[in-house]
Amino acid sequence: METLEEIKGRIENEISGAIVEILPNDSPSNQRSLLIGAEHGFRVAAWLRDEPALRLDYLSNVTGVDWPEKVVKDKVKVKRVVEGEEKEIDQVMERRLGGFLEVVYHLYSMEHKHGPVVIRMRTGDRAEQTHLPSLTPVWRGAELQEREVFDLFGIVFDGHPDLRRILMWDSFQHHPMRRDYVEVDDYEYEPTPHDAVLAKARQHYPKEAKSE
Amino acid sequence: MSAVLDHPANQPSGGIISPERDGKYTVLAKTNSNGEVDGDLLEVSMGPHHPSTHGVFRMDVVLDGERIVKLKPVCGYLHRNHEKIAENVTYLGSIPYTDRLDYMCSMTNNWAYALSVEMLAGLCAPERAQYIRVITAEFTRLINHVCLVGFLAQDMGALGTPLMYAFREREKILDLFEALSGSRMMCNYMRFGGCRVDLSSGWIEEANHIVDRFPAFLDEYENLLTGNEILIARTQGVGVLKPDLAISASVTGPMLRACGVNYDIRKVDNYGIYDRFEFKIPLGSHGDVYDRYMVRLLEMRESLKILKCALRDIPEGPIMDPNAKIRNFKPKPGEAYGRIEGPKGELGFYLISDGGPNPYRYRVRPPSLINLTILEDMCLGQTVADSVAILGSVDIVLGEVDR
Amino acid sequence: MDQGLRSELSKQGIFTSTLEELYNWGRRNSVWPLQFGLACCAIEMIATSMARFDLARFGAEVFRPSPRQADLMIVAGTVTKKMAPQVVRLYNQMPEPKYVIAMGACAISGGPFKQGYNVLKGIDRYIPVDVHIPGCPPRPEALLHAFMTLQRRIDSQKLTGANRARHLDPEAPSEFPVPEFGADDLEPAYNPQVWQPPTFVRDE
Repeated sequence: METLEEIKGRIENEISGAIVEILPNDSPSNQRSLLIGAEHGFRVAAWLRDEPALRLDYLSNVTGVDWPEKVVKDKVKVKRVVEGEEKEIDQVMERRLGGFLEVVYHLYSMEHKHGPVVIRMRTGDRAEQTHLPSLTPVWRGAELQEREVFDLFGIVFDGHPDLRRILMWDSFQHHPMRRDYVEVDDYEYEPTPHDAVLAKARQHYPKEAKSE
Repeated sequence: MSAVLDHPANQPSGGIISPERDGKYTVLAKTNSNGEVDGDLLEVSMGPHHPSTHGVFRMDVVLDGERIVKLKPVCGYLHRNHEKIAENVTYLGSIPYTDRLDYMCSMTNNWAYALSVEMLAGLCAPERAQYIRVITAEFTRLINHVCLVGFLAQDMGALGTPLMYAFREREKILDLFEALSGSRMMCNYMRFGGCRVDLSSGWIEEANHIVDRFPAFLDEYENLLTGNEILIARTQGVGVLKPDLAISASVTGPMLRACGVNYDIRKVDNYGIYDRFEFKIPLGSHGDVYDRYMVRLLEMRESLKILKCALRDIPEGPIMDPNAKIRNFKPKPGEAYGRIEGPKGELGFYLISDGGPNPYRYRVRPPSLINLTILEDMCLGQTVADSVAILGSVDIVLGEVDR
Repeated sequence: MDQGLRSELSKQGIFTSTLEELYNWGRRNSVWPLQFGLACCAIEMIATSMARFDLARFGAEVFRPSPRQADLMIVAGTVTKKMAPQVVRLYNQMPEPKYVIAMGACAISGGPFKQGYNVLKGIDRYIPVDVHIPGCPPRPEALLHAFMTLQRRIDSQKLTGANRARHLDPEAPSEFPVPEFGADDLEPAYNPQVWQPPTFVRDE
C-alpha cells in the first residue's frame, strides 16, 4: 500500500481545497492517521473508497473521542531586567487549547486486503459547532456507529439517514461518554463498596456524632 | 455504488419498499402527505422481552399482512457502559470486563484486547502463549458456532433437542476452560504479553480427547439438521444478502463469508501464529440463512484441524513476555487498533493512551452491532416468522451489541 | 395431628395431610419460570435447564415465554435503566403467587458494572426479591441451590394467620409502579415502598 504521505499528496491533488494533515503516533503500533478538514470530508471519503489503487471499501470502526479544553504549561526563557542587570529567567506560560470532538474512522480494503488507513475529522468546539458530515452514504457500515457517536458524544452527523439515539432512551438529556459528564448520584447504598465506589457511597452515610 | 442507492432511506419513491427475489425494490405501501402509511398496516414491537431475540433486543416491525414492510432495530437495553468504565480503570482492570462483552466467547475477547494493548506497548507473547491462545480461541469458536446453530434451530421451532445437544458439547469444553482458568464462562485468562497461568498436567490429553470425539458429534448433528426438510424450507432463499451490500455495510465473520466474500482476518492479518496452520475458509454462494448455517458448520471442522495441529505442536517454554509489566502499567502516549477474527466477526479494540495508567479512550468494535446494520434490508418483504430465523442467523449477543 | 398416629396410619395405607401441606407441595414442585434472560447469567440459566444440570428434577423446566403463565421471574443479568421499566412491567403482568430470584451480582447490586451511568443498582429497588444468588455469573449449581431455597420458602408459607403468604393477603400489593424515563435518570430512582437505603453510620 502507498505511504500516508503519498495518499496525502494525491488527495490534495485530486480534491481542490482539501486540507489533510498527518498526525504522528509515537506508540510501537505506528498507526498514523490523516486529519481531514470537515468541509471536504465527504468527498475525500468517497475518493478513498473508489480510487482503484486504494479501494478502501470496508469501514471497520467509527470512534468518537472527546478532547476537552486544556491548559498547557510551557517553560519559556524570557529576558528581563532584574535589579539593574539583564537576566534570562524561566517563565511558565499558559496556553489554553480549545476543546473539540473528534471522530476516527478505520478503513481497510477487502479487495486488496490492505489497511488500516485511519482518518479523523474534528468539530469546531464542544458546544455549538458540533456538526460533521456523515459518511454513511459512502459506507453503509457507519450507520449504527455514527448513531452511537451522536448518542454518546453529541456529534451531529449531517446527511445521516436516521440520526436518533441508539443506546440511551430518547428523553435522556446528556452525552454520557463526554469526559465532563457527571452521572446521577444513585449510590445510596452499596453492599460491598470499595475504592471510588466507597467514596461515592459514603456521601450518603450519615456521620456519627463524635462522643466526648 | 449500488449499495448506497439500495439503502431504503435513499429511495426516491417515498413509499416503503421491499426487495423482490431479483434484488429490485418495489413499493408495497404508499405513504400519505403526512408521511404516515395508508391502509391496514400493523405495527408490532418484538422485544425487548421476546423468546427469539436472544436477550433484550427489540425490533419495531411494520407488517402488511404477514409481510414485513419496515423494520427498525432498537438496542441499548443492555448498555452497561463498558467503554466509560474501562476509561476509569487500569489496562489490567479492563480484562474481566472484556469477558462480559460477548459472554459466549470470553477467550477471544481477551485475546483481541490483549493484542491491542500489545500493539500499543510493543509487547510480544512468547511461543507457548501463542499456541495456548490459538487453542482456546478455536475452542471458543466451536462453543459459539455449536450454540448458535442450536439457538437458530430453536428459533425455528425445534424446541429443545438441537440446543440440548449443543450444550452437552459446550459443557465438555467449559470443563477444559475451568481447569485452565478457574471459571467456566468468564475466563479472564489472557494478559498483555502472554497468558495468566500455564496449562495443567493432563490438559492437552483431555483437549485431544475432546477434539477426537467432536467430528462424530458434528456428523450426528448434521444428520439431524442439514438435510432436514423443514430446516431447508425455512432457510433457503430467506434473508438473502448481496456481497456488495455486505461489504459496504461492514458485515464481517461468517455472515460475510456466507455471501461469498473471502475475508478472514486469520488469513488477512496473520495475527498470532495462524500462518503456521493449514485451514480453509468456507464460503457460501447464496448469502441466505442456510448458507450462514452451513458456513458455521464447515468452520467448526476447519477449527478442529487447527486444534489438532496446535495441540500436537505446542512447545514448552515461558508463557509471559519478560518485558511485560502487569502492575503499574503505563504505555507511552499513542494509539493502536488491534483486531482479530472472533467467532462473530471482526472484533477490534481501539485504544488511545495519554501516558496514564488508564486508557484515554477505549473503544470496542462490536461485530454483533455492525452486522445488525443490514437487518432491515434482509427482512423487507419476508414474513414475520422468517425475521426470527434471519435474526438468529446474524448471531448477536446483546452484551456486545450494547456494551 | 400426632406424629405417631400419623405414621401408624400410613402403615395401614391411610395417608393424612393438611390442606396447607398439599397446597404448598403442589406449588413447590411446579414452579414455572419466565423465559427471560437479560445478560451473561441467562446463558448459565439455559445451561441449568439443559441435560447436565437438569432443572426438570425440580419441576421447573417449563420455561414460559409469556409472563401470564409464569410463577417465577429469574432476573438473570444486568438490569439497565433502559430495561428496568420493562422488568417491572413484566413482573406486574405475572399472576399471583409469584416469586423473584435475583441471579448474579448485577441483578443484586449492579455488580461489576455498578459504576455505569445506565446500570440499575439492584432490581430490588423496584420489585421484592425472594432469593438472591451471588456470583458473576453464578454456576448452575448455585441456581439449583436457589431453587431449593425457594422451594423451602414456599413450603413454609402459611395459608392463614398474620404471617400468611403475601398473595393471600388482600392488603399486600401485587403490582408496583413502573418507573418512567426522565431527563437524566429513572423517575423515581427507587420505589420507597419496596426498598429504602439502609442507614449506615460513618465512624470517622
